[in-house]
Amino acid sequence: MPAPGAPRTFDVAVIGGGMIGPAVSLGLLERGLRVCILDEGDDVLRVARGNFGLIWFQGKGFGMPRYVEWTRRSAMLYADFAAELKDSTGVDIGHARPGGLELLLGEDELAHRQHYLGQIYQQGGGANYEVEFIDRKQVADMLPNVTLGEDVIGASYSPLDGHVNPLFLLRAMHTRFQQAGGTYLPHHRVSGVRKDGDAYTLDTEGGSVSAPKVVIAAGHGLKTLGPPLGLDIPIRPQRGHIMVTERAQPMLPMPISAFRQTVEGSIMLGVSAEEAGYDDTIDTATLHTIAARAKRTMPQLGNLNIVRTWAALRVLTPDKCPVYAESDSHPGIFGIASHSGVTLAAANAKVTAGWIAGDPPPPEFEAFTVERFHDAPA
Amino acid sequence: MMHRRNTAGERVTINIDGKNVEAVVGESVAAAVLAAGAGATRTTPVSGAPRAPYCMMGVCFECLMDIDGIPNRQACMVSVTPGMKIKRQAGARTVGGAS
Amino acid sequence: MSEQACDVVVIGAGPAGMRAAVTAANEGLSVTLIDEQTEAGGQIYRAVARVARTRPADLTLLGPEYAAGGDIVLELDAADITVLHGHTVWQISQDGTVWCSDGTKAKSITARFVIMASGAQERPVPVPGWTLPGVMTAGAAQILLKSAAMVPDGPVALYGSGPLLLLVADQLLSAGADIRVVAETTTFKDYLNAAPHLLGALPASKYLKKGIALRRHLKAAGVPIIKAPNGVSIEGTERATGLRIIGKHGQTFEAETILLQQGVVPNTQASWQLRLDHAWHAAQHYWYPTTDRFGATSLANVFIAGDGAGIFGAEAAAAAGALAGLGVAHAAGNISAAARDQKALPFIALHKKAAAIRPLLDHLFPPPAHILVPDDATIICRCEEITAGQVRDAAKLGAPGPNQLKAFLRAGMGPCQGRMCGLSVVEIMARAHGKSPAEIGAYRIRPPLKPLSLAELAAMDDDTPTP
Repeated sequence: MPAPGAPRTFDVAVIGGGMIGPAVSLGLLERGLRVCILDEGDDVLRVARGNFGLIWFQGKGFGMPRYVEWTRRSAMLYADFAAELKDSTGVDIGHARPGGLELLLGEDELAHRQHYLGQIYQQGGGANYEVEFIDRKQVADMLPNVTLGEDVIGASYSPLDGHVNPLFLLRAMHTRFQQAGGTYLPHHRVSGVRKDGDAYTLDTEGGSVSAPKVVIAAGHGLKTLGPPLGLDIPIRPQRGHIMVTERAQPMLPMPISAFRQTVEGSIMLGVSAEEAGYDDTIDTATLHTIAARAKRTMPQLGNLNIVRTWAALRVLTPDKCPVYAESDSHPGIFGIASHSGVTLAAANAKVTAGWIAGDPPPPEFEAFTVERFHDAPA
Repeated sequence: MMHRRNTAGERVTINIDGKNVEAVVGESVAAAVLAAGAGATRTTPVSGAPRAPYCMMGVCFECLMDIDGIPNRQACMVSVTPGMKIKRQAGARTVGGAS
Repeated sequence: MSEQACDVVVIGAGPAGMRAAVTAANEGLSVTLIDEQTEAGGQIYRAVARVARTRPADLTLLGPEYAAGGDIVLELDAADITVLHGHTVWQISQDGTVWCSDGTKAKSITARFVIMASGAQERPVPVPGWTLPGVMTAGAAQILLKSAAMVPDGPVALYGSGPLLLLVADQLLSAGADIRVVAETTTFKDYLNAAPHLLGALPASKYLKKGIALRRHLKAAGVPIIKAPNGVSIEGTERATGLRIIGKHGQTFEAETILLQQGVVPNTQASWQLRLDHAWHAAQHYWYPTTDRFGATSLANVFIAGDGAGIFGAEAAAAAGALAGLGVAHAAGNISAAARDQKALPFIALHKKAAAIRPLLDHLFPPPAHILVPDDATIICRCEEITAGQVRDAAKLGAPGPNQLKAFLRAGMGPCQGRMCGLSVVEIMARAHGKSPAEIGAYRIRPPLKPLSLAELAAMDDDTPTP
């Protein structure tokens, strides 16, 4: 028994109970490490609760082929990851990879999308890029229960796209984490991290915790926790809105970047992007814009009732690509920043955890440095 | 399940699951349906359990019915109108054809 | 955008909202009153004008307190107020913009001040079998009687506690219903806890006398009034067939209609959405937004009148409405503080008198433990069919409060948006974590306050309504 008031000790302390922290923690537990997750209270800025649930490949990684590879790797690992979670916890996270569509309304959108995806392909140096364009007829064949709005002229399609129930994913990861012997500590907001001999001591509102390795997967919390520890990562919030309808009979056999039908039958509608600082209140004009576009794309959605709306704050880096970095000045402190916590959960559990445990970093991580934001010419 | 002790007021004919019944102007659809016969007004999309109006004031959302072709309307919040077509719902609603 | 502007938007046309709107209009403010129902009166005075017009004899059955609501409706009709019936408010922003919809097209109204008079709802009563057809709230049966002159067929059983329980039993009895039993949860200990508040209730002794008369009348008609301190369960598979009293000598009463009542609680969806300051009512176990005597809240431009700010009943609500109207008139600069206070005197006195009974009622009729923290197998979230046991399991998994719980279980994510399970979730989690409900907190409420169709939202900027 530790002396009263002495910090509890772990091999790895993970800051953040959202999508990234628990995924990494599961991999660490598999390697026999003692892990705790330090989380905040009930009603805080929670990006992970505002997730759309897409495991999305097409369009990711503009300007960074390594991010395309990392996304592909996670998409390919997902089926096994989901099966493991279901076997161990009984929670079906609703994973499916039926391919995904981004529907294009009008010639301008098509041209813009062709240009954008074409550049990603070229940046990859001619490597295989699993995205193609399909016409309205092909879209209609893929969506037999949908009557497309007249403006829909086609779509970009990737067989690697899929989806998951993000809330069940969160629950499954938390359940598995505790089953496997992890220590979940809510109401443990970290106020500071200090070097203490061979380990770091983390001071929190709920007492202190000590570990030789610390993973900061704290979303926007990285902004304040990182710099004193040599991880000055210029992340910013970008607000996104989501609307959720009542449950309906199955209608969408595959995710579409702005619509997704959940296993339960709700249709999720999104996704906006606004610069609003840390204001996560709902903006009605944005809801209207999402609704109007949804009705233009699939008029039959019109009489579905909206039951819930959400605004959540994405964790965005300047190039919209992730950061996976170990501090130079504070070895053993790892920082992770990404707005694709759902898509990357499988890779984080299976690969990122190994890197934190001491394996060599996967090749993709050479691109996910902090230095890229500080070395770039002004 | 319910009966009218007094039918003062203007009558209208409405249709519930294909059957014409009389209702009184001012009544909610949920009230008219309760007076027209016992039993569930819908089954749930989660387990298929039978449900019927619970609060009658727009809070519980148990009285969701298909009213004039639009599913999942709160029957306790909609007043009867002549010729209205009301249907019980089974499970999750459909998303009809293009409007 | 099809936007309108006015000095004051009042939400809800019950006693508080009607009186607030009339008072503000009389002080020279432009007022828009938005109400979800198709006729004024709220739940307490539901359909009162129509009943007086089409079946005046029913006013006797429903009682003089109900009939008195007709006067406020007449005042409302006479005042210069824009009344939007059949409009559902689905968002209120902190700057005083109110979004509503008539079912075809959403629109916004900007107001310098908002008076919320959204009233109360009956406390959900999670007992085994409460989701079966044939089970409804006592208030629902009363709404059917008021708005449609309807009476349950077949045997009826009532369960719970509080003034409305006996009132509804008595009204239904007089209307010809076959009442088999009234099962009360009130215990001897509740009487002891309430006793110190008896003296304070004397100014409102008419309510006490009425309660005694109701009990006597029911007993004289042969209706058994029995004790059910350990709760009940409802029998039946496809629909309710009986009410079983839990306990050593538990009997089962045949019933096709089972009416539940455990008091009423403020409707706090909009006040939470606005992120107003709230407090927890320890005796009655509900949240209420904190207000001053004029209904002013933690937001300068938002006032609350009536039971939405704490349960005091219809007469107190009407007085609170007048006070909120005066409070807004002063805040808007139309009357001085001295004039406001002068005009407020009679309403403060009325409110005080009507509210005097509350401490007694609050302690005499507390929601019992088996309702606050039901057995594991009892459904608490009717929409998503989540049981109390599942909530406890999620708390064990580490969910610190209702919002993470919602993410884990989908409780509160169905069409009722947490109205039915919100209080149960708070109580169960508080008990599981050994904390007070105030420490646990409430569901974070976001728009829409009530579901609205995608087409209504999509049509918001259009000038043509969608079919």
